Amino acid sequence: MEAIRLRDAAWVVLAGIVLMFVAPLVLNYYTLTLLVIYGLLALSLGLIWGFGGILCFGQAAFYGLGAYAYAVSAANIGESTVPMLIAIAVPFVFAFLLGAMMFYGRLTDVYMGVITLVVTLIFFRFMNTTAGPEYQIGQARLGGYNGMPGYQTLNVPGDPSAYIYDSSLYYVSFVILLLVYVLVRLLLASPFGRIAVAIRENENRVELMGYDARFRKSVLFAIGGGIAGLAGALYASWAEIVTPGLFSLGQSAEIIIWCIVGGLGTLVGPVLGAAVLGYLKFALGQQTAVDNVLIMGLILVVVVLVLPRGVVPSLMSAFAGTSRRNRPNAARRGRRGRGRTDG
Amino acid sequence: MDLAAVFTLEILYSIAVLVLISAGLAVVFGMMRVINLAHGEFMMMGGYATIIAVQAGINVYIAMLIVAPLVVGVIGLVVERLVIRFLYGRLVDTMLATWGLSLAFTGAAVMIFGNTTTGVSTPISGFTLGAYQINGYNFFIIVVSILLLVAAYAILRGTRLGLVARGTMQSADMAAALGYSPDRVYMSTFFVGSALAGLAGGVLAPLVGLVPTWGSAYIAKAFITVISGGASIVLGLLSSATVFGLVSQTFTFLSGPVIGEVALLVAAIVLLRLLPQGITGRFFKGRL
Repeated sequence: MEAIRLRDAAWVVLAGIVLMFVAPLVLNYYTLTLLVIYGLLALSLGLIWGFGGILCFGQAAFYGLGAYAYAVSAANIGESTVPMLIAIAVPFVFAFLLGAMMFYGRLTDVYMGVITLVVTLIFFRFMNTTAGPEYQIGQARLGGYNGMPGYQTLNVPGDPSAYIYDSSLYYVSFVILLLVYVLVRLLLASPFGRIAVAIRENENRVELMGYDARFRKSVLFAIGGGIAGLAGALYASWAEIVTPGLFSLGQSAEIIIWCIVGGLGTLVGPVLGAAVLGYLKFALGQQTAVDNVLIMGLILVVVVLVLPRGVVPSLMSAFAGTSRRNRPNAARRGRRGRGRTDG
Repeated sequence: MDLAAVFTLEILYSIAVLVLISAGLAVVFGMMRVINLAHGEFMMMGGYATIIAVQAGINVYIAMLIVAPLVVGVIGLVVERLVIRFLYGRLVDTMLATWGLSLAFTGAAVMIFGNTTTGVSTPISGFTLGAYQINGYNFFIIVVSILLLVAAYAILRGTRLGLVARGTMQSADMAAALGYSPDRVYMSTFFVGSALAGLAGGVLAPLVGLVPTWGSAYIAKAFITVISGGASIVLGLLSSATVFGLVSQTFTFLSGPVIGEVALLVAAIVLLRLLPQGITGRFFKGRL
């Protein structure tokens, strides 16, 4: 079973590599890079939600935290290698602590959703107030509502003057996305990943077998946070400014919409969902006839009502028929969590 | 002395606002276990309904206490029939669908009203208490909130309608077996919940400049208040609004509104960590 899934993953990577070279024929590098970053961000939530059953309404917190961690440390260090690592480590540790607090408190779906949402809001409110000169970390001024520009963007490791931007940033981001995808696939094929899925399916049973579900969930949550942080760092490098908007409610909503539309219980689904919806938003932004928020909202409603498992899993089961990939309702169960109202 | 009075009033006011903005959500959550994340947008629509009605020459009190709840209640009814009723029992899916609705309503409002600020003037003037200026409208909001809680308690406790509602709330199957259609009860509950959101929007509209994204400023607070309160409608709402109102107003008083808000959010996290079922999930269990 796992061997088969890893073989599928190899095909996905191959398709990804082809796509990496084909996509620039259609779109410019600047937009594509953002879509790839969105894909990485969606992957982080797709992992913890789709495979861990952890409903996080505030994945934007780790994304923003990664972006700010990168920006602050890059402004101080003037080179991008260490800041990249810091941008992964800070959200990772933060997510671990937050996750441990929630999971050891035995919080489930909605309550978990509220807490993660609240954490994002706290960051949003706090970052908006950091305009004054007293909010300065080393060389970096946080800048409040206006955000924080003027830090070192991504460069070739060891050579701060060799900036990675435009087409090279696109290729670097895409390769990072593929690498993370492979790593996550390997993680899910490992005993850790399989137990994570088992926890999603039935936490009590896993605990009765002697595994510490709370610790494992915290670790998985932290890994998701780290990946989101990496996406944030790439975003910081792409946008060349970080603003509190990274923590906004709208940003959190978008990540969830990508995952739902793409499909939970897969990794490709959220990534594709992010890329397609990200592009759609961009395209809708070009015209003024219809408000793009309206369209996004309607897409979310329709998908929840009509395709509760998301587009990719629905397509997969439609094509595969009753084949090996037909795992009944796995995605949906992950999404519904174990609320007492489930029935 | 004056300072103490002002401070007390401010705390009461901030509790009242929390009660007001969360009441509709609490009714729907308490009765149906549905979280309506479009609640803020329902408030926004209530606000616009009030302003349009006032501009059309209707008395401001009628506009916000009658027109706004009715308009939004009817919109809620349509939403329930088109979307919510397919998702009963699927808490997370309902949240996602209503989040989608909230985005859609925001987008629609932008298209209809544009991104400009509109408003009506406050119908009650301020007065001075010692050295302090007090906004008279705050009293009105406190009174409305108290009436709201009393009315909710009286209806749920004292009327046959309330009995049926409470019965359905405890066991929808049993209520159905006794001949009450849960579908109809849910439909009317959602109507009431939406109407309360409309009322909140209408009452708060004179205090703020209304923009299409106005609702998103309240949804998180309302959501937090309701979840922290737990399943009981009246007591849950009252207890969590009191806790959060006290915390946020105290910290606002000590060091400014942003810290006040952050304190509220931190208090919510601590509260939920300690009482994962909300306040009334632990204390006052099974009461209203």
